[in-house]
Amino acid sequence: MPDQISVKVNGAAISVPSGATAAVAMAIAGQPCRTSVTGEPRGPLCGMGICFECRVTINGVPHCRSCQIPCEPGMEVNSEV
Amino acid sequence: MPQTFDILVVGGGPAGIAAAVRAAESGASVAIVDDNFTLGGQIWRNAFTETAPDPQPEWRDRLQRTNVSLFCATRVFHQPEPGVLLAESADELLEFRYRKLVLATGARERFLPFPGWTLPNVMGAGGLQAMVKSGLPIRGKCVIVAGTGPLLLAVAAYLRCHGAEIPIICEQASWSRLARFAITLIRSPEKIPQALQLKRDLKGIPFAANTWPVAAHGRAAVETVALLRNGKSEQIVCDYLACGFHLVPNTELPALLGCQIRNGFVQVDELQQTTVPNVFCAGEPTGIGGLELSIIEGQIAGFAAAGRNTEAQRLYSHRDVCRRFARRLERTFCLRPELKSLPSPDTIICRCEDVRHSRLQEHTSWRAAKLHTRCGMGPCQGRICGPATEFLYKWNPDSVRPPLFPVRVNSLAAVGRTNQPEHHGLRGGH
Amino acid sequence: MVLFALCGESSWLLRQFRTQPCRATLYTLVRNTPRKAETVTNAIYDVVIVGAGIVGAACADEFARRSLRVAVVDREVVGSGATAAGMGHIVVMDDSEAQFALTRYSQQLWQALRNDLPADVEYDQCGTIWVAADEEEMAEVRRKHHFYEARGVPSETLDAKRLKQSEPNLRDGLQGGLLVPEDAVLYPPCAARFLMQRAQQHGAKLVLGASVSTLGKGRVLLSDGLQLTSEIIINAAGAWSAELTPGIDVKRRKGHLVITDRYPAFLRHQLVELGYLKSAHSVASDSVAFNVQPRRTGQILIGSSRQFGAEHKEVDQEMIVRMLQRAQEYMPPLRDLSAIRVWTGFRAATPDKLPFIGPWPADKSVFLATGHEGLGITTSLATATILADQVTGAKPEIPIEPYLPSRVAKEYAHA
Repeated sequence: MPDQISVKVNGAAISVPSGATAAVAMAIAGQPCRTSVTGEPRGPLCGMGICFECRVTINGVPHCRSCQIPCEPGMEVNSEV
Repeated sequence: MPQTFDILVVGGGPAGIAAAVRAAESGASVAIVDDNFTLGGQIWRNAFTETAPDPQPEWRDRLQRTNVSLFCATRVFHQPEPGVLLAESADELLEFRYRKLVLATGARERFLPFPGWTLPNVMGAGGLQAMVKSGLPIRGKCVIVAGTGPLLLAVAAYLRCHGAEIPIICEQASWSRLARFAITLIRSPEKIPQALQLKRDLKGIPFAANTWPVAAHGRAAVETVALLRNGKSEQIVCDYLACGFHLVPNTELPALLGCQIRNGFVQVDELQQTTVPNVFCAGEPTGIGGLELSIIEGQIAGFAAAGRNTEAQRLYSHRDVCRRFARRLERTFCLRPELKSLPSPDTIICRCEDVRHSRLQEHTSWRAAKLHTRCGMGPCQGRICGPATEFLYKWNPDSVRPPLFPVRVNSLAAVGRTNQPEHHGLRGGH
Repeated sequence: MVLFALCGESSWLLRQFRTQPCRATLYTLVRNTPRKAETVTNAIYDVVIVGAGIVGAACADEFARRSLRVAVVDREVVGSGATAAGMGHIVVMDDSEAQFALTRYSQQLWQALRNDLPADVEYDQCGTIWVAADEEEMAEVRRKHHFYEARGVPSETLDAKRLKQSEPNLRDGLQGGLLVPEDAVLYPPCAARFLMQRAQQHGAKLVLGASVSTLGKGRVLLSDGLQLTSEIIINAAGAWSAELTPGIDVKRRKGHLVITDRYPAFLRHQLVELGYLKSAHSVASDSVAFNVQPRRTGQILIGSSRQFGAEHKEVDQEMIVRMLQRAQEYMPPLRDLSAIRVWTGFRAATPDKLPFIGPWPADKSVFLATGHEGLGITTSLATATILADQVTGAKPEIPIEPYLPSRVAKEYAHA
């Protein structure tokens, strides 16, 4: 198993450790996961899948909890506005 | 389509694993259902993967020797009738039928709002630890650990071990409470080696009691944190603020099933049975008590669900010892009233709907606030803001309704029951 | 223990004497300071309204602005009954001339009010599209179009292509629809709250957390023994009206709703299948119909269902399944949306689908403002206006006879 895999965060290629979650990919890319209803940048809070602050769009599917989803090579992860 | 088991365990943390192992050892068909993509819950996160580093919990080997079926990344959201649970995975709707049910749904961190708490890189203490376990690079990063509870120490030790720099650990409890707690460790001598190990792991890290964060500042993410330390303000620069105020039990599923909940915890008898027939509960939902108690309660529940009451009874005295420790934990780390003044009028309390403190203060009940501000109506379903509003405004939470978790519309629509039984009293409605 | 939430002004308020002949009460100079519960109930009122839902709140607002002394009582909080549970749809209906008159009048009142509504009311003139699945329903579209056209309500017939352009997530193969652009949506609990606050600014008193034991003969008796006195009592208790005024034919009609996470641009208009009318018409059976609403937040509200005789408020699995399957038939991409919450509510249904607005023949002091079924939000403002007209002797803008409780006088002889 490779040590690093490549995913796309907001269109840019990012290298993440194998097994890392999509939330970690966002963090490594320095991108907030989402924007709140009043426009604040947000990232993971609880780390265990219940706060829903880490929601991102993965491969076109919106509202995925990125802290619960391991990265796969070529995965496209986008912040949610 | 339905998966049928003698004993279904919801929650794959220490309590659930212990229950499943004991139940399976007796020959029953057993399954564990858990929301995370690997087993272990929070405290054993990533310890059950193939490439998990040593040391691994002994329960990992025990589990591997059984034929317990595992359903990870699967969320239970509804009980359409007794004996049946519906769950959703990434692409499927699953129906589980069981004769006995063990609820080991664990706990989550309590978050208290303060100015700036919504900034990226302000996370729970367990939250940051979970992220690091999931691959977040932390080496060389500066992390302030704050809040309350023994979790702070465990997290600080873990982070430091992985290369983080920790300028301070802030505990809101007073020195006198902590001292009393330390003294009572004499009554739990088995805890002393653990405590000493922690002390070694944390050597050199300043620990401040009577201290809590009052604001996080930064633009795109947290840059500095203002602390109130023994009444005096202090500003510390950091990359992350790992802040959590102890734990609250995940009682949503037990409540949905009709289990009696008192003072926020699931009521169980000696055999870890709830007030609902054939439903057991073990671990944090019955009382926040830590790893050892969870494992004991899990075993008792597993034995009892499999009808091995004698073996369950042999663990009672060990459980008593652990419970005494748990009660001391609760007393030590209760929240001080000053924390109620942490939020300023425009501090966001409900993060899903961005509802601020000033809008919520005027309401006298959770329901009124929810209706008029939409606080608690977001996808977290009040799991984050609920404990905070209970503390800040003394509101009692609403009753629990399905779906327990956001699920696909199709999952709600795909449940076709031809012989719908007589309505059985699920709590719900507005 | 009964909770009272009082809002008063700490200034003297001079009340003028009314000159209208009907049911006048002598005014006294009063001082509107925040008071203890006992003094609220000791005061004399011109109107006591039971029920602080959208209809009660609208009545409070209307009566208070006409300088009547108003008190409103509710066992929970403002907007907690059907107001909390329903879709906040403001829609013109053509079931009958009377229903049209009331809904159109009220819709225009909402339009006039829109600029005063605060942001949390989320008023949005997104319009309604009545969706036709087959040729029979398309004929209904054309009939509706002519009906509205003849009465000055803008509407536009959409063929299959235009329908799909207007709402791309609808399935292929639908025949078309009718767009009614002046229909709107809003968030009802905050709308009720706005109206109630406006009423309070005009001196109305609000008593929350207070259950009513009986109402009638000039007094409203609360379950803790306190009472409010008034020559005019308005029963605006919605689905529970018949418990307070025995003999009125208002039955509870349960509904279910689902709300999703945010999907901006998924849905632009309120969509209703033309079978909705069949569902609303059916008296005996449980029914579902395709009915979705976009919220300003980007969330989608999915309905609708109707059941008679279901007294518990728990979610009915079967109804949810039927309702969502119907919705998915019309709009397949709904299947993959994340559903956050499911809940139920009770509408107040009358036998002829028109509300009761006016005096209750069996008790001189009781007026009804109830039985609005699925049109409470829409018709709340007109209800309040024509009721206030009746009470103050003003001339209503629309004929009131179809809504008078006395129209079913023979019915309550059975009670």
